[in-house]
Amino acid sequence: MKILVCISHVPDTTSKINFSEGDTKFDTNGVQFVINPNDEFGLTRAMWFKEKQGANVTVVNVGGADTEPTLRKALAIGADAAIRVNTLASDGFSVAKQLANVVKDGAYDLVIAGRESIDYNGGMVPGMIAGLTDANFVNNCIGLEVDGTSATVIREIDGGKETVSTSLPLVIGGQKGLVEESDLRIPNMRGIMMARKKPLTVVEPIDANAETTSVKFEKPAPKGAVKLVSADNLDELVNLLHNEAKVI
Amino acid sequence: MSVLVYTESEQGVFKKAALEVASYAKAVANQLGTTVTAITINIDDVTVLGNYGVDKVLKVSNAQLGSFNANGYAETIKQAAEKEGSQVVVVSSSADSKYLAPLLAVGLNAGYASNVIEAPTSTSPFTVKRTAFTNKAFEMSQINTDVKIIGVSNNSFGLVENSGNASAEDFSSSISDSGVKVESVDKATDKVTIADAEIVVSAGRGLKGPENWGMIEELADVLGAATACSKPVSDLGWRPHSEHVGQTGKPVASNLYIAIGISGAIQHLAGINASKVKVVINTDAEAPFFKAADYGVVGDAFEVVPQLIEKLKAFKAQQ
Ligand SMILES: Cc1cc2nc3c(=O)[nH]c(=O)nc-3n(C[C@H](O)[C@H](O)[C@H](O)COP(=O)(O)OP(=O)(O)OC[C@H]3O[C@@H](n4cnc5c(N)ncnc54)[C@H](O)[C@@H]3O)c2cc1C
Ligand SMILES: Nc1ncnc2c1ncn2[C@@H]1O[C@H](COP(=O)(O)O)[C@@H](O)[C@H]1O
Repeated sequence: MKILVCISHVPDTTSKINFSEGDTKFDTNGVQFVINPNDEFGLTRAMWFKEKQGANVTVVNVGGADTEPTLRKALAIGADAAIRVNTLASDGFSVAKQLANVVKDGAYDLVIAGRESIDYNGGMVPGMIAGLTDANFVNNCIGLEVDGTSATVIREIDGGKETVSTSLPLVIGGQKGLVEESDLRIPNMRGIMMARKKPLTVVEPIDANAETTSVKFEKPAPKGAVKLVSADNLDELVNLLHNEAKVI
Repeated sequence: MSVLVYTESEQGVFKKAALEVASYAKAVANQLGTTVTAITINIDDVTVLGNYGVDKVLKVSNAQLGSFNANGYAETIKQAAEKEGSQVVVVSSSADSKYLAPLLAVGLNAGYASNVIEAPTSTSPFTVKRTAFTNKAFEMSQINTDVKIIGVSNNSFGLVENSGNASAEDFSSSISDSGVKVESVDKATDKVTIADAEIVVSAGRGLKGPENWGMIEELADVLGAATACSKPVSDLGWRPHSEHVGQTGKPVASNLYIAIGISGAIQHLAGINASKVKVVINTDAEAPFFKAADYGVVGDAFEVVPQLIEKLKAFKAQQ
């Protein structure tokens, strides 16, 4: 089985978000980048398929050369090879077109992407890859088993979960639950050394229009101070929630 | 021309989000000088949609679409959009709508903006405001394609009543076999879900152990709220993963969010910041949550929560 894991390179969850150039660009100054958490769960699940079922795992990112350390980290965790599509990721649709092209080129059986990236929160790339490559698609995936060309997937739904059966080629939008938090791997020295020797191929992009353009960013208005209510006076809290906030 | 809106139902009843996206579609239609057409799947009584600005309803009745399947639903909505010549298609932010929207975008070759929180700021160029960086910022996004798909954030636009009548006609779509088959569904039908909840009661590691969640559930019951938790609580297995909220968990956009024994780490706050009113109950007055909250109680959850339950019961009894 050939697996492609899509890796989005995103600001670390503790990052303060600032903008530059008249609030039109995300300011990467002082920001540390990581593998998108949803992708890290997917990558870890891919490692299981590699170790238990002999799958071959390639990771891919659409982005500039600055994303290569993130791809190297994925190689250090255990992926066999990496691909970088050499263009700036502008919008979800154009990224999906680039990735769909990689999927077709490499004839991957299983594409693991994240339910959502934590930077632009598009929640669209995996579904679009599936649509563009005519593969089956399951979103919000919290469990995945593959047996030959059949797959059993557990999907989170509002208020519960459902189990679906499908077949390869398959694209999933993954999240926590694919593996547990405690299964995530920190690259060790040996992994880091080996990663240096693994292939990281840079491919040129295909022509793809940006269907949406980011024109400006805004930060939320600063919040007023908290109103403290004494623990002995909870009637006051009920009163405030009813009469002032009007939420109960 | 008309703006198409996909109005979701559950067990034959429209979801609140369906009425919210209908309200949103009406606002867009007003801007564009056109009407609103809703598409419904397997629901008989659609009259309520007229009250939220819908002019026409395309009713699909198809046993093949009896349980949700993203491809079949996306194909159906696509065919409706083509029939109506719609330039704008509006969907909600439910798990199902977020699942089908990217497929629909490919089908219609449409730009898709998700997590949109306001009516378009301009229709030419078509520009919408959406949340990005997990609620740490807003992005003004311009959609460049002829057909545009807008995913509206839950609880952001609100319901806007509009006395009107919606005409209804039957619509049938031709759908291909779904490659994804639902084998079993495991869903608590008697509980409010985080996605639909007006109020969410959430608790963290401050509660010390899973055995102490009885009072959290009781508080949620009194308020008709959904229960949620911080990430470590679900990682420790005290509560199911489905309750984990925050940047890497579920987003929360309720009217009221009550955080009990949660410190207020940046990753937690990012996911719940879209909630309108936030209350924190924590022993530590220095906990970062107090900077993000509207109301706070410095105190021990084991004392405060049971008392709050009593006060709320008394309050509810008076209503
Ligand atoms: C990549 C990454 C992603 C993450 N994503 C998320 C996420 O999506 N969601 C999330 O929640 N976290 C997330 N986290 C974790 C986050 O950083 C915090 O560790 C977590 O939110 C803390 O959970 P907590 O507030 O329950 O526990 P703690 O930080 O341990 O806080 C417990 C609080 O309870 C209070 N307390 C103790 N006893 C009582 C009592 N008797 N009564 C009242 N209060 C009491 C304490 O004063 C303290 O403030 C993420 C972390 C990382 C690194
Ligand atoms: N630039 C990118 N390169 C590779 N994969 C990406 C990129 N952007 C998004 N993805 C994948 O698509 C998922 C969802 O992203 P998004 O649709 O942007 O929320 C991510 O979790 C990644 O798996």
